[in-house]
Amino acid sequence: MSGAYAQILSALGSETALVLVGLVVLTLDFVVGRKREPGKRRELVGAVALFGLALSAVPLVGQVGLTGVSLPGETLVVNPLTIIFKFILIVLAAVTVLISMDHDIGTHVGEYFAMLLFGAIGMLLLVGTEEFLTIFVALELTSISLYVLTAFHKHSLRSQEAALKYFLFGAIASAFLLFGLSYIYGLSGATNLREIGASLTGKGTNPLLAVGLLCVLVGLGFKVAMVPFHLWAPDAYEGAPTPVTAFIATGSKVASFFVLVKVVMVSFGGAAGSAFWGAFSSGWAMVLGLTAAASMVLGNCAAIVQHNIKRLLAYSSIAHAGYILIGLVAATATGASAVLFYVTVYALTNLGAFGVVAALSARAGGDDLEHFDGMARRAPFLSLLMLVFVLSLAGIPPLGGFLGKFYLFAAALQRDARTFGLLWLVALGIGMSAVSLYYYLVVMKHMYVLPPKDPARIRTSPHVSLALTMCAVAVVVLGIWPEPLVRLLKTLVIRL
Amino acid sequence: MRTDWTIYASFLGAGLIMLLPRNAKTLIRWTALLTGLVGLALGWHGCTAYNGTGFVHLANAAWIPSLGVRYHLAVDGLNLPLVLLNGIVCVTGILFSWNIEERVKEFFAFFLTLIAGVYGVFMAMDLFLLFVFYELAIVPKYFLIAIWGSTRKEYGAMKLVLYSFVGSAAVFVAILAAFFAGGGQTFDILEMAKNPIARDVQVWVFPLVFAGFGVLAGMWPFHTWAPTGHVAAPTAASMLLAGVVMKLGSYGCLRAAMLLFPAGFIHWQWWIASLAVIGILYGAAVAMVQKDFKFIIGYSSVSHMGFVLLGLATLNRDGMSGAVLQMFSHGIVASLLFAVVGRMVYDRTHTRQLDELGGLAKSLPFACVTFVIAGAASMGMPGFSGFVAELQVLIGAFKMSPWLAALAALSIAVTAAYILNALHKVFYNDQKLLPSSHPLPPITVPEVMAAVMLMATLVIVGLHPSLLLDMIQSNVDLFLGGLP
Repeated sequence: MSGAYAQILSALGSETALVLVGLVVLTLDFVVGRKREPGKRRELVGAVALFGLALSAVPLVGQVGLTGVSLPGETLVVNPLTIIFKFILIVLAAVTVLISMDHDIGTHVGEYFAMLLFGAIGMLLLVGTEEFLTIFVALELTSISLYVLTAFHKHSLRSQEAALKYFLFGAIASAFLLFGLSYIYGLSGATNLREIGASLTGKGTNPLLAVGLLCVLVGLGFKVAMVPFHLWAPDAYEGAPTPVTAFIATGSKVASFFVLVKVVMVSFGGAAGSAFWGAFSSGWAMVLGLTAAASMVLGNCAAIVQHNIKRLLAYSSIAHAGYILIGLVAATATGASAVLFYVTVYALTNLGAFGVVAALSARAGGDDLEHFDGMARRAPFLSLLMLVFVLSLAGIPPLGGFLGKFYLFAAALQRDARTFGLLWLVALGIGMSAVSLYYYLVVMKHMYVLPPKDPARIRTSPHVSLALTMCAVAVVVLGIWPEPLVRLLKTLVIRL
Repeated sequence: MRTDWTIYASFLGAGLIMLLPRNAKTLIRWTALLTGLVGLALGWHGCTAYNGTGFVHLANAAWIPSLGVRYHLAVDGLNLPLVLLNGIVCVTGILFSWNIEERVKEFFAFFLTLIAGVYGVFMAMDLFLLFVFYELAIVPKYFLIAIWGSTRKEYGAMKLVLYSFVGSAAVFVAILAAFFAGGGQTFDILEMAKNPIARDVQVWVFPLVFAGFGVLAGMWPFHTWAPTGHVAAPTAASMLLAGVVMKLGSYGCLRAAMLLFPAGFIHWQWWIASLAVIGILYGAAVAMVQKDFKFIIGYSSVSHMGFVLLGLATLNRDGMSGAVLQMFSHGIVASLLFAVVGRMVYDRTHTRQLDELGGLAKSLPFACVTFVIAGAASMGMPGFSGFVAELQVLIGAFKMSPWLAALAALSIAVTAAYILNALHKVFYNDQKLLPSSHPLPPITVPEVMAAVMLMATLVIVGLHPSLLLDMIQSNVDLFLGGLP
């Protein structure tokens, strides 16, 4: 018995560490934090949270040796892929903490950082499981933490509205997911991804399976903000405190896409159907192909008319969900590894972009585009970082965003290189990238071209600059030297 | 000394400038100039050391093996003249930008990044790498025009960048399709050329690549970014735009579209030749009726780039070597013309309207001499490089179809007309002499040096074209010999 507990603990090392540190954070803020002035309080509590995240990375190092551990029913699995993505999520959470330390989050500092850590735990669990019930619980843990965090600007009506909207949509999406799972369980008699996959192969299409699969896609589609389940995103992104927006747009997306890839590839590999032009056949690939196209078109076109930079980035992230889905539509191991590569690059890029917005908007007076006028002269270094992030989002080489897109599109075309079945989706994606360059350049126009309304220099704390610089360096390195990560993901995904 | 160091030197220069304090303007200018000169010297050395035929491989290593991408740079007789051109335009562009006082540091950093990207495109022998450098050269243009430009600068900059990006999107789709149609093993251009893809794929891939690159080459009807972009750009940027960036497009057509998809090219040959001739005549005719001095030069660029495309479309030795030489020659001529209009005239008079200018021959005699020489080269006077290049193109076109050649030749008369018209109105028309109460500042030393350098190039290549033409022709022969 104690052996089983030891195994659970070894598989859950990071999560356990985060739970403990989350509680420490709450207590610490309650005991000593309240007497301090807000800035110092955030720095103290944030530093502890940061320490907790660093601590939670330690068990991962230990797990490198014991590859292929899995508990009965695959409720918890440890393999190189989960280790890598848990590490990425911890880095994303750490950068979010660093950004938050420099941002006004009101008086509930302890609760804020604890919620952030709890949300991170949900994401880690999401990556480390191959069982539907655990996936659902982890998804809820993440979502509820994020709902609370979204409402953290207690005196801002927008923040409250955003949280309520996010919560209502999220709750309905969860209901869909659970409903879908009940059908799938009824069909396969299993909650484990692999067993579901095994029992569904060769059974052909079945109306019940179609309903179950669609409901699961709705539930997960909400998390990744793909059209038509995207409506919460612009409001939630705009209303939430910017560091929280950054976390929703990156950490939550990485974890959700990871689960989406695993679910469709492992459990429903036989029900892919096809999204080839002129040869559509029903299945998740077709559904995702159509939603990918809709996400790219709607996200990019709606982003053009935005005046608020957070809304603009929200629509851009909807569009990016569309690009990422293209890799999934290919329904191959290469496609899946392209998705994971792109999600990584995208998360680092968007985290950086929201980080810059968080660092600048408080001192610039707001987060509308016009508040960023002439930023290149007021905060040259952060503007340079923003240039890197925005160009990476636009897919300009040699940045990571370009390589990621290239890999996605290449994977999609490779699927059927003889008749170019997915060329329509790839061509649409590339065309829409050209559209997206317009609004990314508008952001750059405000920052670099227009004169500043207030010439005062903006100074930011060094730890924020350091965290964002690390993101930018990672984005550049992944663009120039992607081979190690590409190769690693390719070999690991094949084993999936 | 390898020619690919031009790329690294330019990036290094841009990086170095970023590190300098923003108020050390003189230091920044000299750093930029030094970087430009290093690039020019390396390009020059590359040309003189080149033995006449075939490729000299400068770097060829695996870059992203999982995706079949190599870091492959090479020079041959077709890109060396363009590398040299880029060096010349870079150095003279910096000299003509000596008077920029606002945000000097950012200006030269963007400028040198653009230069580095252009060097990279000319030498890249891997489609992916070529594309990377190509896009790298697009973005700095936006900032150069939108920040330091004039006349509807934000509109012009956005239009230019979006046109180029849409063009490159078409190229991107086609590159991917060609890659997988060819087996999905390598993006190396020379490897891909050895095993041409199926003809039916070539037929639809080729127009995407050719038109995609053609956008940047000012191919009619995708040329409309060119005049607005040129007019909006600051002098050095319009020199770069007309001088080298448009050549990125035509070079891409030659190196990527024609080499990889010969069957597709032959299928579309007449379409391209016709579009080229329309561009030649249209550009010249529209230049005729412009009221803005810079728009004349802008449309004239469209017209002259038409000769490049026409030369390529002939697919014979004379036409194609004329096209490559025309790329070089037009690069120099256009740079010189834009320098006269933008730097020598506009920066002093603050107007470019033909009706408001006049009598500048007296106040700015050097500008007048420069314009006469550049104009003569532009209309194809013997003794200048433009004559040799356009004659070759016309001979090539005549072999393909006498009618096309005759139509294209018509434009030479029109060119003479609008150049002489501009010369008369701007420099001689004494009735509208600008009020003498504002004596114009004299031409500065950097301007004279840069102008002399460009004019000397025109004359040297014009009198002794074999300097460049020998290596171009021998490589065009190789190119044509390699086609199935």
